[in-house]
Amino acid sequence: MAAQPGEALAATGVTIRDAGPDDDVAGVKPRWVALPESTEEIAAVLRTASEHGLAVVPVGGGTKLHWGRPPERCDVLLDTCCLNQVLEHAAGDLVVRVQAGVTMGALAEILAREGQELALDVPDPEATVGGTLAAAVAGPRRLRYGTARDLLIGATVVLADGTIAKSGGKVVKNVAGYDLGKLFTGSYGTLGVIAEAAFRLHPLPADRRWVTATYPIARERVDGHGERRFVNDFPVDPLQVIGPVATSVAEPSAIEIDWPEVMFGPFTVAVLVEGAAAEARAQAVRGLLEAHGAAADVSAEPPPWWGRLPGDEFLVEIRVPPGEIGTAMAEVSSAATGDIRARGSAASAVLHVALPADIAPERAEHFVADVRAGVENAGGRVIVLAAPEEIARRLDRWGKVGALGLMRRVKERFDPGRIMAPGRFPGGI
Amino acid sequence: MSETFVAAPDGGPDGPGPLARLTARCREILGPDAVITDPVRLRTYECDGLTYHRATPGLVVLPESAEQIAAIVRACNEYGVPFVARGSGTGLSGGALPRSDGVLIVTSRMRRILSIDLASRRAVVEPGVTNLAITEAVRDRGFYYAPDPSSQQVCSIGGNVAENSGGAHCLKYGFTVNHVEACEIVTPDGDIVELDRMDAGYDLLGAFVGSEGTLGIATKITVRLSVTPEAVCTLLAAFPDVESGGRAVSAIIGAGVVPAAIEMMDALAIEAAEAAVACGYPPGAGAVLVVELDGPLAAVEQEYAQVERLCRENGAFELRVAKDADERAAIWKGRKSAFAAVGRISPAYIVQDGVVPRTALPGVLAAIDELSREYGIRVANVFHAGDGNLHPLVLFDDEEEGAGERAAEVSGRILDLCIRHGGSITGEHGVGVDKARYMTRMFSDQDLDTMQLVRCAFDPRNLSNPGKVFPTPRLCGEAPGVRKGVHPLVEAGKAELF
Repeated sequence: MAAQPGEALAATGVTIRDAGPDDDVAGVKPRWVALPESTEEIAAVLRTASEHGLAVVPVGGGTKLHWGRPPERCDVLLDTCCLNQVLEHAAGDLVVRVQAGVTMGALAEILAREGQELALDVPDPEATVGGTLAAAVAGPRRLRYGTARDLLIGATVVLADGTIAKSGGKVVKNVAGYDLGKLFTGSYGTLGVIAEAAFRLHPLPADRRWVTATYPIARERVDGHGERRFVNDFPVDPLQVIGPVATSVAEPSAIEIDWPEVMFGPFTVAVLVEGAAAEARAQAVRGLLEAHGAAADVSAEPPPWWGRLPGDEFLVEIRVPPGEIGTAMAEVSSAATGDIRARGSAASAVLHVALPADIAPERAEHFVADVRAGVENAGGRVIVLAAPEEIARRLDRWGKVGALGLMRRVKERFDPGRIMAPGRFPGGI
Repeated sequence: MSETFVAAPDGGPDGPGPLARLTARCREILGPDAVITDPVRLRTYECDGLTYHRATPGLVVLPESAEQIAAIVRACNEYGVPFVARGSGTGLSGGALPRSDGVLIVTSRMRRILSIDLASRRAVVEPGVTNLAITEAVRDRGFYYAPDPSSQQVCSIGGNVAENSGGAHCLKYGFTVNHVEACEIVTPDGDIVELDRMDAGYDLLGAFVGSEGTLGIATKITVRLSVTPEAVCTLLAAFPDVESGGRAVSAIIGAGVVPAAIEMMDALAIEAAEAAVACGYPPGAGAVLVVELDGPLAAVEQEYAQVERLCRENGAFELRVAKDADERAAIWKGRKSAFAAVGRISPAYIVQDGVVPRTALPGVLAAIDELSREYGIRVANVFHAGDGNLHPLVLFDDEEEGAGERAAEVSGRILDLCIRHGGSITGEHGVGVDKARYMTRMFSDQDLDTMQLVRCAFDPRNLSNPGKVFPTPRLCGEAPGVRKGVHPLVEAGKAELF
């Protein structure tokens, strides 16, 4: 304990290097990078950090390190890249157990050899399992399979004081004890480090079809002064397109929307059906999409934008009850100025909006405030996932959070010294 | 039978202690007809579906709103009185076992479906609404509520949330936690708080669902509604023995088919079901499989052809397909009656609930068979074969000296088998009071201490359903590792279970 922090970290035996210019966490520069190779080594690093009051930010692939608020301080970047083993793929049980540093891309490859997959679409295959869980990333097929927390069946986590704890297990059906995995999913590293995870898997579908159709949102009108102008009055109500597909017996796995110019541009709906009789079901979906006057295509290939985020530097996530997707889109469209694009999971009512990184800060502030007012009024939430530094300072990133008091108490119990990614989370957690 | 708490330490509702003061306060909050103190009426709440743990509650209240529950819970905090929430009392792990020194908060007067929003595929309901009532409210419009515990006609949605209930169809559709979008809860402090999947921040909803009443009481629940599938195909396949049935299950899953349900019963379970409900399963079957496929008609037709072939290839000697809803009900009748049915072939029995990785099923079943011989205790097996969730029914004669003890031992050793094979001590019935002592076999002290951190964040005074789930809860101020010996409930359970 008398040793200097750097010496103490070195004494853990874990590989430690000095941080370089590429190791910033949302603009905050750490002093050291720790590269643990086992769960026990994570514990050794955290125990030492706790003793010396060093702030720790865990990192996987670093693909979302700019998401969330910049940490108040960061002494140690805990890089999970060396924890990259698939511990067990029980193909017959449709279960996999992995270390947190395995990338989603590498995992998908290994599972595909047995004709299986983790039905969690991530925008970037370089993202790790740990990072995907910590940021609660999910993609198009959340409609059918849920999000990361729904597919996670067990987790091993390391707390700030070095405690190694597991919950769940490697069976899908299990109600013994609290589900720490769910608590850590979406916790942005503020409760501890996710070291291992077990997931339920699904068989790779034998067949897939995407059905796409494009709809206008604007009409040309003549205004009171005799001038022709566009009015974004949504001649086709998005909910009227999406709702019938979402509730159709064709059992779509995903209903996505791509909307490159939100002010007046059209939106494209793409529906994925997968599994047995995919073609017949796709044709049924096609009929539903064409009922609104658009021509629909059926393809065995996804559209190029499928599952990708519309942008990354300045990214806003809108969540609404599914029946309010049209409201959310109207709010976005009417608050928009300039080059704003949106994309998302229409039937699950999650919309990602990308704003230009060079947008004037006050315009960004207005956009977020206006959309948030309308969306929260419709029972939804607006969360700023990533934003350029100067803009981020002016924004409320999280909006309404119902149980902030309880969240603070959870944080206090798990990390009383506030060393885990301090300040990254709502309410300064 | 065990009387876990013999007498209220402070003389009960009429005595001078905190319970009497709480009783008076509850009468103010709720009015006199919603406060039960009559000993005869109190006794009707002495157990839940697991009847061998019994305790007469110190007080029973029947609130009608979240505000009333919050006021009661605040009063509990003021007087230091523990509270237990109860829905319909159908739980099978003693999760709603009352305390004689506490108040039982029963949600049976909170039975309103508050709103149904089909565009958002959601319903908002009060906790006392039954699971099936939600489906009944939306069935005509092509929707249903997917989790279907076998008690769904009577069990309450609040209880489902507490226990993270599953059901036969969770193989394809998941559990309660996958179908709950938001909960309004009364925290153990007596605050009314919204937990919403849409909120930024920690997934407290995910932690709350399945916490067995130890993190507060759900007072309003937003559930997701699912679309009624276009086609349902229910198939009954008879096999000469459990092994060949098990191979068929592996082949079906291996082929990439995800049925809504795959259930298996062994010869003894079939015998019981025949005796009870004359379900007419194929004679001579050593095992039957019930496989239900649902989804788009074209998909179900393709999958049915696959499943039929795989069953025959693995030794099925008779296959029946339900042509309509009545025939489907007939196939399910045997399976659904199985628990109660063993009462026809045995004077007493224990329903066990354990999970193993599905591929470990053959080995575990063989080991259960061995245990059964070793102890001279019959075990009937009914299980959700698709996800490795076993429900062994341990049969014994309670008149026979020592049989109860032997049966309890067999039942416990089955859980050890589950743990040894990487499984779980409970797949859907919960830990409750019944299995708290097994938690240390599945989890380390560090695991349990970490779970306690969550409880202490929500319930620092340990008033919300104390004594459930965790074997040796330490006080929230204590440092990890410091334990207060064996909890009295555990001790009582150990000494008095049968």
